[in-house]
Amino acid sequence: MSHPKTREERIAYLREEVKKRVLILDGAMGTMIQQYKLGEEDYRGERFKDHESDVKGNNELISLVQPDILREIHLQYYRAGADFAETNTFGATRIAQADYHMEDLAYEMNVESARIAREAADLCEEEEPGRVCYVAGTLGPTNRTASISPDVNDPGFRNIDFDMLYEAYKEATKGLIEGGADTLLVETIFDTLNAKAALYAVEDVFEETGIELPVMISGTITDMSGRLLSGQTPEAFWNSVRHVKPFSIGLNCALGAAEMRQHIDTLSRIADTHVSAHPNAGLPNEMGEYDESPEQMSKLVGEFSTSGIVNILGGCCGTTPDHIRAIADAVKSGKPREIPEIERKMRLSGLEPFAAD
Amino acid sequence: MTQTTANFINIGERTNVTGSARFRKMIQEDRYDDALDVARQQVENGAQVIDINMDEGMLDSEEAMIKFLNLIAAEPDIARVPIMIDSSKWNVIEAGLKRVQGKAIVNSISLKEGEEKFLAEARKIMRYGAATVVMAFDEEGQADTADRKFEICERAYNLLTEKIGFPPEDIVFDPNIFAVATGIEEHNNYAVEFIEGCARIKQNLPYAHISGGVSNISFSFRGNEPVREAMHSVFLYHAIQAGMDMGIVNAGQLAIYDDIDPELREAVEDVILNRRDDATERLLDVAERYKGEGGKKREEDLSWREKPVNERISHSLVKGINAYIEEDVEEARQQHDRPLHVIEGPLMDGMNVVGDLFGAGKMFLPQVVKSARVMKQAVAYLMPYMEKEKEEMGITDDDAAAKILMATVKGDVHDIGKNIVGVVLQCNNFEVIDMGVMQPAEKILEAAKEHKVDIIGLSGLITPSLDEMCYVAAEMERQGFNVPLLIGGATTSQIHTAVKINPNYKAGQAIYVTDASRAVGVASNLISEKKDEYVTDIRTKYKELAEKHAAGKQKKERQTLQGARDNRFKADWKDHKPVKPTFLGTKVFDDYPIDKLVPYIDWTPFFQTWELHGRYPQILEDEKVGEAARSLFEDAQEMLKQMVEEKWLKARAVIGFWPANEIGTDDIELYTDADRKERLEVFHTLRQQMKRSSDRANYALSDFIAPKDSGVEDYIGGFCVTAGFGEDEIAKGFKEKNDDYRAILSQALADRLAEAFAEHMHERVRREFWAYAPDEGLSNQDLIDEKYQGIRPAPGYPAQPDHTEKAALFKLLDAEEKIGVKLTESYAMWPGASVSGMYFSHPQSEYFGVGKIEKDQVVEYAERKGMELRVMERWLAPILNYTPGQEPNEEAA
Repeated sequence: MSHPKTREERIAYLREEVKKRVLILDGAMGTMIQQYKLGEEDYRGERFKDHESDVKGNNELISLVQPDILREIHLQYYRAGADFAETNTFGATRIAQADYHMEDLAYEMNVESARIAREAADLCEEEEPGRVCYVAGTLGPTNRTASISPDVNDPGFRNIDFDMLYEAYKEATKGLIEGGADTLLVETIFDTLNAKAALYAVEDVFEETGIELPVMISGTITDMSGRLLSGQTPEAFWNSVRHVKPFSIGLNCALGAAEMRQHIDTLSRIADTHVSAHPNAGLPNEMGEYDESPEQMSKLVGEFSTSGIVNILGGCCGTTPDHIRAIADAVKSGKPREIPEIERKMRLSGLEPFAAD
Repeated sequence: MTQTTANFINIGERTNVTGSARFRKMIQEDRYDDALDVARQQVENGAQVIDINMDEGMLDSEEAMIKFLNLIAAEPDIARVPIMIDSSKWNVIEAGLKRVQGKAIVNSISLKEGEEKFLAEARKIMRYGAATVVMAFDEEGQADTADRKFEICERAYNLLTEKIGFPPEDIVFDPNIFAVATGIEEHNNYAVEFIEGCARIKQNLPYAHISGGVSNISFSFRGNEPVREAMHSVFLYHAIQAGMDMGIVNAGQLAIYDDIDPELREAVEDVILNRRDDATERLLDVAERYKGEGGKKREEDLSWREKPVNERISHSLVKGINAYIEEDVEEARQQHDRPLHVIEGPLMDGMNVVGDLFGAGKMFLPQVVKSARVMKQAVAYLMPYMEKEKEEMGITDDDAAAKILMATVKGDVHDIGKNIVGVVLQCNNFEVIDMGVMQPAEKILEAAKEHKVDIIGLSGLITPSLDEMCYVAAEMERQGFNVPLLIGGATTSQIHTAVKINPNYKAGQAIYVTDASRAVGVASNLISEKKDEYVTDIRTKYKELAEKHAAGKQKKERQTLQGARDNRFKADWKDHKPVKPTFLGTKVFDDYPIDKLVPYIDWTPFFQTWELHGRYPQILEDEKVGEAARSLFEDAQEMLKQMVEEKWLKARAVIGFWPANEIGTDDIELYTDADRKERLEVFHTLRQQMKRSSDRANYALSDFIAPKDSGVEDYIGGFCVTAGFGEDEIAKGFKEKNDDYRAILSQALADRLAEAFAEHMHERVRREFWAYAPDEGLSNQDLIDEKYQGIRPAPGYPAQPDHTEKAALFKLLDAEEKIGVKLTESYAMWPGASVSGMYFSHPQSEYFGVGKIEKDQVVEYAERKGMELRVMERWLAPILNYTPGQEPNEEAA
């Protein structure tokens, strides 16, 4: 295949490439932005100098006011060997931006974030002829959950519902597609119902625009219970989202590679699609910092590859371009996981899976 | 038989305002806590999905649905199962779909208002990620005949799967269950039409499911629960056979088909199957008599219940009936001064009868184990009284019974035989301390000291366990034990015990025990006054055996490895061209349906486990053991159904194929890919070294793979299957309930299922995956008789007695990672109910035994494998034709 130039060509190339090797996602965005030690003024820039509330910490705003910083971070990850840059849109939904009174910027944030990631991708492809760099458009979990009441005394209450999530995700998805994302990554899912709203919106946008991107899904096992925050086991979670026939299913955040392994192994056995893992750099230490070194982490996730349980690897909190480089090196010669054939069955779920034989 | 079968999914029906007045009241009165309790009970009672329906005119159905689903989401013990969102209103369904994070089932949509609406709703259901029930209802109305039912379902199926790509496995048809026996003649055939409709749907619309609201069928018998239950049960019995696999039922209340009074059952069956014109009238007549009765009318012969309590206890013990034992024991307890006297009196008397009958060959092992179950339950009942008495009287433990400690040795996971022996010994008043499997010597001996046991029994099934037993014996010697050591298990033998184990334990005596029925005799002798005499006899006998063995050994004629290789088997590679498997590398099967394995079970070894000898199925009619065999078989069938239905066990498999060639030294080289350049792994095989007088060859497994220099591209396969996940927990659960009979039964069945899985998978390999015999069509008996092409030998068995070859096999298959089957340090597989081996496809490949081998081969083999000779000799100990370190046979030809 000649070097892909358009999004359609890149997607076709991606679908071939994933059969040949383990693909690499980038690492943490927040960790990288922190290194620039930006203050309130840097976040506001010229454009938002009179904004009504404080905006420091609103990382998605970087896409609008500090595009050079963002481009530089993406470029570092691509140069380290990442195949995908994840767009800076984790909190770029109307719902999450409400904290900063910036809900109306959500769409623009998605367009710009995808566009900047694409610029970095093009730069890297120029620097290293032969490389193909992809942009994964991130759809984050929002800061509200549709399955859990925020009020312990009123378990039937909800501060968000499916329809509100649907609208917010629809807007974000359109922005990401317009900005040039090659795939969509619904990630850090701690409530499957939120994710189902996102996936419903994504599929509606595909239908409306006629543009269909590979969908990547990544849940978060919050702790040693081995379940999502909303209570589902990994297999129940997979049964809940497999109807969209995603390009990949996986896990990210909350756990380090060592703790995540068994759950990736489970997904690897049950999912008839690609499996991804982007764990944190270990568990946080007493200071709340992630201190697993690139060597330590790449050794752990490298084993995921040699054991043939993953197709896509990357990093989440606490990981840096050095981590990604070490991981990319560790899996260079490894083979990707083979997709198993799963028997056709009605597979339902509550918090736990149920298959009708 | 039980009503619901393997594939039947129970959907809880009580959280439905249209079906339950009680539930409706709770919702109307806003008593949602009570409503949650109803849902919780459904799940606790075994509902696998719960149906929620809020369609009631006085309610805001949408709001009630949302509220209830939000509340359920906060209750993990309810929310763990999938939800069926049941409403005739689309807005209520959609509101429900927006409230569940799991994959739910919609109930229902239909073609009632045309294709457009039907497909629009189905599309949305797909996007919400749910399955759906489709009613057999179209623009013309509800389907009542089999033709109409099928016609509508077929149309819906084609629309869904072809027009919008709806997954067929996510379609559940509800072909409408209507009331029968209503007095209206047109209704008489409704059940028959439904059942026929089911059969046609099942046959023609692959992967789709069939469900229905069962209680509709008996609507005309409202108020007569016994008859309604019988109708549901009979109706389901036939509908399930026709393909119905889900149902909205109150599972806890279903009568068991076989338990229904035959008169009632026949009358009901006449109605359901519309077998006679006056069926309804006859059922009405019969029904009158059941009104107000507690349910099933049972005409069991209970005359024995009239007898005195001692005789009743004896009857229960001999017949293995546990229904009345507690009340009888209580009655006996009140008649005796001390609870212990009940055990020493009526209970032991009963067990003595059992022992006598067993000794006389009038009772068989399965029956004895059942008796033991009753005994254990009786003792468990008395225990609290005895404890209390002890406290009151300040009595310390009395050590009346002799203590036997039993364990399966380190590295071995097999314990069915040991469990049987334990139960039989308990029946005979021994106190058995069972340590379970994989017990290292230190632990066994520590426990033996702690409990001051009178006898130690070791069990093992695989050959490396023989070595471990020698070690335990040596340790006993070192630590100064002198109690008798009993040896049992499949690979153990009298000769091995005499020659290898006993010499390590000079301070005591090792004794081989053939089977459970002998165990009692041996153990009783060992605690009797004649103990010394008995032990001396055995010692003399073993000494003679050992001497004879040493003398006999010289006679086994063997030839050199080179000589054997010159006489190797030359397979035909000219006319036979190996078939390339349909894939290379491995393939994993997770959660394989157990019901598919059931037809492949070879029952003969199952009966052997229980010491019932004879070939299945003839054994069921055997004059002597037939009755015991039939009863055991019935219990096995019932448990098997439960295993399948309730998913007690998880079956998993991994198989693989690789390019392979033989490389001259009885070894098989496997390659990473079709280029055959890069070596992936080597399988080492052993060659027969017996001297041949006929023209029969000296076989090694490598003979069945094309030599590298022949240029023929050959392949080899490997597999590991298991039906053992869950096995240990189930057996443990039964043991905790004092039900050793079921514990052993469950293990024996898991073993059989694993073997059946190996057989089934081999068939699929021959037909589908390697596909060198795609048209094969063999019966199960043919399979048992090995009438197929190709073989599947396992490391550790006669054709390749070297267990350590499993390491390479497991590495290739990545079996531990992929399916969780582990190898112990002795190369036993955990879980125990697992089978692994290699696949050979050559039409001339056959099973053989390597037999005894010479040192020249062992030296070379160790070198080829890169293992130390001493280590290799230990693994191959059972097949060495020499004694390492002595080598009397060095001069062999």
